[in-house]
Amino acid sequence: MNNRNIVLFIGGITFGFGLAWGGMARPEVVLSFLQLKDYGLILLMGSATVTTFIAINVVPRFMEKPILGGEFKPRTRELTRNTILGAIIFGIGWGLSGQCPGSALSSLGIGNYPILMGIASMFVGAYVMGRFFGS
Amino acid sequence: MFPLGIYPYIIGGLIIGIGVSFVYILTGLHSTQSSLFSSTMSYLSNIPYFQRKTYLDSREWRLFFAAGVILGAIIYALTVSPDGFWMSSVQWWRLILGGFLVGFGTRLSSGCTSGHGISGIASLSSTSLIAVITFIAVGVVVANAMLLLGVTP
Repeated sequence: MNNRNIVLFIGGITFGFGLAWGGMARPEVVLSFLQLKDYGLILLMGSATVTTFIAINVVPRFMEKPILGGEFKPRTRELTRNTILGAIIFGIGWGLSGQCPGSALSSLGIGNYPILMGIASMFVGAYVMGRFFGS
Repeated sequence: MFPLGIYPYIIGGLIIGIGVSFVYILTGLHSTQSSLFSSTMSYLSNIPYFQRKTYLDSREWRLFFAAGVILGAIIYALTVSPDGFWMSSVQWWRLILGGFLVGFGTRLSSGCTSGHGISGIASLSSTSLIAVITFIAVGVVVANAMLLLGVTP
């Protein structure tokens, strides 16, 4: 296990713990946000984004490059038709089931093992997308 | 507006942000979630889409990251969780159908609630902002439609 993988493993533990603490491991809590009964998901996303904003935009002013090497580069993507189409399809699946990729993994961790069906389906969905619609 | 209070959300988000920031400051990598589904496929499928460099370069650390996410939630359930381990009552067909659309859609869109939602917006990407507004709006419509149709929880 190299250093990078250890860092990712620790970062993942932190991420999964935070998701669970913030209720996101429960599809019911996510659905109650999408049903506009509980706006907490916006607070969670806001608080995570502000923290990450500092790491991406402020920290690189004081550090030339990441501690273990590599480079600081913000995450940007070109806007295409697929960005929107994919977001619509994801939104339908999200509204139907209250699962997204990270929340499903943390849901498994809190003992919600039926979510394995959802995770398996995500792999199938990603495969079908790459196999038949990937460029 | 906040029947469960605001603190679990703010603290949970802060912890998530610390995890993502920790990885970024040490490695420069954006520890986002949905690419896992495509990068892991590179072990199983030889088609060029999955054998692209970005998946081959990231497939190993994405598995370590995902294992961490699961373990982090286990630690939560064993320590501070008020209810210990917990099981959802969302029906199986919703998990399967919804999961398929989530896998397909996030990969077509190149991001999910974490890639577009946290790392993308924190990178001030207008593409990600548009994606987030789109999937939240669609999710709200679909979740309310399900509610109206009497599908619960």
